[in-house]
Amino acid sequence: MKTFVGIDLGSTTTKAVLLDENSDVIGRGITNSRSNYSTAARVASQEARVDTRFTLFRRALAGAGGLAGNLDEFLNALERAFRLEQFVEQLSDLEQTCLGHIKGERFATLESGVKEALGQVFARLREEAPELYAPGAKRKSDFFRDIAGSRYHVHAEEVARAASVPYDLLLNVYDKSIIDVENRPPEGNLSDKFRRALARVLTSDSSIRSTAAEIQKTIESVLDVDLEETYLVGTGYGRVTLPFSKEHIRSEILCHGLGAHMMYPRTRTVLDIGGQDTKGIQVDENGIVANFQMNDRCAAGCGRYLGYIADEMNMGLHELGPLAMKSERPARINSTCTVFAGAELRDRLSLGEKREDILAGLHRAIILRAISIISRSGGVTDEFTFTGGVAKNEAAVRELRKLIKENYGDVTININPESIYTGALGAAEFARRAFEGGSSTEATA
Amino acid sequence: MDASLNQANTAGIVARAQELFDDLSFTAAREWKAAKPGRKVVGYLPIYVPREIIHAAGMLPLGIVGGGDQLEVIHGDAYYQSYICRIPRSTIELGVSGRLDFVDGMLFPSICDVIRNLSGMWKMMFPGVYSRYFDVPQNYRDEIGGNYYVNELAELRHDLGELRGSPITDEELRASIAAYNENRHLVRELYAFRAQKPWQTPAAEVYLVLRAGLVLPVEEHSALLRDYLAAAQAEERPMRDNCKIVLTGAFCEQPPLNLIKSLELAGCYVVDDDLLLVTRWLTENVPLEGDPLQNLSHAFLHHSESTAAKYEPDEKEKGQHLVRAVTRAGAEGVIFAAPSFCDPALLDRPMLQHVLKDAGIPFIAFKYAENSGQMQPIREQAGTFADSIKLWSGA
Amino acid sequence: MSTVIVTPKASPKEVLKDASMVKQKDMMAAHYDRLTNAPKTGAKVAATFVPGNLNELIMCFDLVNNLPEVNAIQNGLRRTSGGFVLEAEKIGHSEDVCTYVKSDIGMMAKGNLAPNGEKFPNPDVLLLSYTGCFTFMKWFELLREQYKCETIMLHTPYMGDGKVTPNMIEYMVKQLKEEVIPKLERISGVKFDIDRLREYLKKSAKAEDDLVWVLQSAKNKPSPIDAYFGGIYYIGPIFGAFRGTDDAIEYYKFLREEVAERLAEGKGPVTPDGDMGKEKYRLVVEGPPNYTNFRQFWKMFYDEGAVVVASSYTKVGGTYDFGFRHNPDKPLETLAEYCLGVYTNRSLPMRIDMLSNYVKEYEADGLLINSIKSCNSFSAGQLLIMREVEKRTGKPAAFVESDLVDPRYFSAANIKNRLESYLQMIEQKRASARAA
Repeated sequence: MKTFVGIDLGSTTTKAVLLDENSDVIGRGITNSRSNYSTAARVASQEARVDTRFTLFRRALAGAGGLAGNLDEFLNALERAFRLEQFVEQLSDLEQTCLGHIKGERFATLESGVKEALGQVFARLREEAPELYAPGAKRKSDFFRDIAGSRYHVHAEEVARAASVPYDLLLNVYDKSIIDVENRPPEGNLSDKFRRALARVLTSDSSIRSTAAEIQKTIESVLDVDLEETYLVGTGYGRVTLPFSKEHIRSEILCHGLGAHMMYPRTRTVLDIGGQDTKGIQVDENGIVANFQMNDRCAAGCGRYLGYIADEMNMGLHELGPLAMKSERPARINSTCTVFAGAELRDRLSLGEKREDILAGLHRAIILRAISIISRSGGVTDEFTFTGGVAKNEAAVRELRKLIKENYGDVTININPESIYTGALGAAEFARRAFEGGSSTEATA
Repeated sequence: MDASLNQANTAGIVARAQELFDDLSFTAAREWKAAKPGRKVVGYLPIYVPREIIHAAGMLPLGIVGGGDQLEVIHGDAYYQSYICRIPRSTIELGVSGRLDFVDGMLFPSICDVIRNLSGMWKMMFPGVYSRYFDVPQNYRDEIGGNYYVNELAELRHDLGELRGSPITDEELRASIAAYNENRHLVRELYAFRAQKPWQTPAAEVYLVLRAGLVLPVEEHSALLRDYLAAAQAEERPMRDNCKIVLTGAFCEQPPLNLIKSLELAGCYVVDDDLLLVTRWLTENVPLEGDPLQNLSHAFLHHSESTAAKYEPDEKEKGQHLVRAVTRAGAEGVIFAAPSFCDPALLDRPMLQHVLKDAGIPFIAFKYAENSGQMQPIREQAGTFADSIKLWSGA
Repeated sequence: MSTVIVTPKASPKEVLKDASMVKQKDMMAAHYDRLTNAPKTGAKVAATFVPGNLNELIMCFDLVNNLPEVNAIQNGLRRTSGGFVLEAEKIGHSEDVCTYVKSDIGMMAKGNLAPNGEKFPNPDVLLLSYTGCFTFMKWFELLREQYKCETIMLHTPYMGDGKVTPNMIEYMVKQLKEEVIPKLERISGVKFDIDRLREYLKKSAKAEDDLVWVLQSAKNKPSPIDAYFGGIYYIGPIFGAFRGTDDAIEYYKFLREEVAERLAEGKGPVTPDGDMGKEKYRLVVEGPPNYTNFRQFWKMFYDEGAVVVASSYTKVGGTYDFGFRHNPDKPLETLAEYCLGVYTNRSLPMRIDMLSNYVKEYEADGLLINSIKSCNSFSAGQLLIMREVEKRTGKPAAFVESDLVDPRYFSAANIKNRLESYLQMIEQKRASARAA
């Protein structure tokens, strides 16, 4: 089948979206951007293709018999099993890579000891892997680096102590290896991994054993479908080195505007507050960008500012909003200057101001900056769509609603939980349109 | 508000001044205007306009010096990049939010490129308001700069006459000059008294009392000044072991009141400053006899304050006004406090510092914004400065 | 995975220069030699500014003209300004203020060397014929403090109400007659000869005619010139030390012929990478350029087929396209009028009119503002300018930020992101207009 791929290379994460010919989203993928954009694009794209298979499984299984009422449960189990397969595959890759890095003077006398210790560490990791993907298990992140890294450190420390091998050597080997592994997407055959995952589910879940053959047949039929990458469009923050050829690149503003339009076709104004910039975008009824403005050189008031505040307060980023919501008397914060954020915060805390009041003031300050950027781009026209990491922050959203109401009256405000994919979605739609329109929607040159 | 104000103590007078200061809607000026039909209000920005001409037209000159630290700027930031100072954005906020909707005219003095350009922005944004860039000569010869300035004054006089509906007469001008002569005389007296007994007249109080003069009719303000001076002289207040400093660089965007208070709390009595220069720009009385515009011009050319926005034709004179201020007020040091991104103050600063260095006068420098929230670094710097001055003078 | 994910390869090209650029380079080199040889030849030196530059008058006194802004620009292009700015900040200048000034002060602190490697002579006079920017006044006070030399102020009133009044002209002429000329006579030892001034003014007007013709050639499609990046080279002689000289007349004659030829051949502008490709976008640019990354900045435009058809910066040393020419019949009045008319001495409403008209007359796709941190004279109010020009022309505007000669304020990714988004937006709008 034809698929249209949009990839958004962000400063911290890379997102991919796959569309079918009807502009329906069939897959999404996300990964950390690393220093290697080509890899990040490949990994995100592959993740989106994996996700696409699940969409197709769902479509096929919903029509076929054998899983009445248990479809969600089955697909969740299948996904966990698939993730486990991927994880185990990458663990093996990591182990091999680690072994390859045991060389040089530092290891002269310790080589065999380190090798043995590594073996034990990886055995433990493999052993506990199914637990990580058990139903209801919580993972701090879905990125291999995060999951493997935290567990590796725990086991390596124990093993090193027990085996009297220097812990830092084990860390050193890991640090050298993880970058390599991370920069190469899992290479194993995807269909095989799906098959192994299916086998795991079928053996563990007795309730569907009777219809196993039927399910297997349906899954195989989906795996037979070729996901043709019909057209790809990439976007990303002004990078000189986006890993796509020129005709496959669209500006992130355009992608973002179109993505917001795809999610909410009546959108006319889009606000995006990302980590390092804030954008105000005006789109027409077709999702075409009519005007836009971004924060000036000064990144005050962008998402990263909240990050500094969280660090300064020793809190998690996601804890800031809820605490700010508790404020009854928001402080007036006059500067959203990132450089002075810490100092101002300490000054205010030392004067006895409440944390929640300061935080509420900070959220308002950020939104005030955003409002000024929207104003530069031409104000707010109904409907209004708010995207980016800060759109997940309830205190920020509350201030935004208030200010929009005060300055622009009753306006529908859309916030999509999947708004992180807005740019990639727009890019994918650009890909679809580019294919559909042939050269006519392409640049005239 | 009780107009026949006659409080005996400073606290009452300062409370009223504080109330005027806190009022971002300019209620006092609104009430003045509403009291009689046909009254008009003309706003002006720092540093100097000849308020006499506005007054002579029967209008209220209204000093607008930004929004301070209590105004939330919602719209103003949409007009300015992050590297431009604060005062124009809060001034725009005052305008866009309707807080200046009773103002009939606005004068933008020749102080820097930002305020200069704001004059054009005001014309675009508030087309119904008489807006004028008020240029002043940078040539100080009567027959050259003076001629030019007299003609500029005549244009202003003409325009305000039109705004009123009848020309401004010489007699009206002379009466206004007399009123402002008196006002300036009182301000100078207050400054002289503070230099002698700064503990009797805290800098924040003097500031508030002066600031009241930006929104009150001059006669009322002169009465307030007189009352305050009398009350301050009568009250005994405890003297602290503070050093005495001259504050400079704050002639346009105003420091938060907290900053001024912080300086004294940190051990520095402010004995002279360049805050609200318009209240004492002309350093000598303007003669009442003769041509009033010629007289205003002569005063501007030969008897006016020195500040960074003015060209100093004589290299040897550069910065000497600061040395003289230190001597006159018996100060022991200078604090340079400039608004962030203030071109005139910050470009002038190194030259002034060289002059102070040659004169053996210690100084420190920092920047602020009208809405600075953090005083800790300023308290620390000022405190250290005060301590070091005491050490030197003790040695 | 498909092959569209590629690793880009960079291929640096040979830099091409057209003949007029070579000539200009020679003129500049000769000028710097004249300057740095002044101590040997006994020539006296006047430092002065580009806006309000009284070159014809200066030549009447046989003074050699040294322009600190041009020196700062040279240092920006040569990438030495960054160090100079840091040096100035080290000796007490604020990070907030103009980097032209700091580059100049830093250069003095670091030996004051001209581009030819020789030491700049100390000026004999600072001719502060200042217009359009308050910083100039402080700048020369700072230089005066260093050089302890005589300073002459020529104050140009601001066109706050959008017009030149008789009072302004009279004030300026008086300053010229009673301040500037007598002092220049005394310092140079040369008696003022008004006929000599008339001669120079006549020459100025001739070169100005050709400059205007060249700048207005951008009304053609495709435009044979880039009126911002290329324009900065074109204004060099007339804004600098050559207005009123035969050299300038020749340069502009030559330039005009070159441009006429390109026009006849239907060619676009010359860029550092040779002839520009197909003209896809026509822009009006407001604001000075960045000089530390000048070429990189320009490349972002021509790589996308964007040509600048009109710019306000090319009017900063004189606005000639509304008909003003130096007039030998009114020698002092004409100098006053010239100073009053420079772009940054025009009120904000005048600037909005100018830019809106440029968008219309040059059939541009929109206005791009390069907002310069150093330069409040340009920058304060640009966001209102943007809003108004959009409203009047119906064309979208874009906003990027950089600085004159401070490399710390040039963020390539930032600018590229905004510029490309802007150009693609224009393209998309066109496509949807075609579809409709």
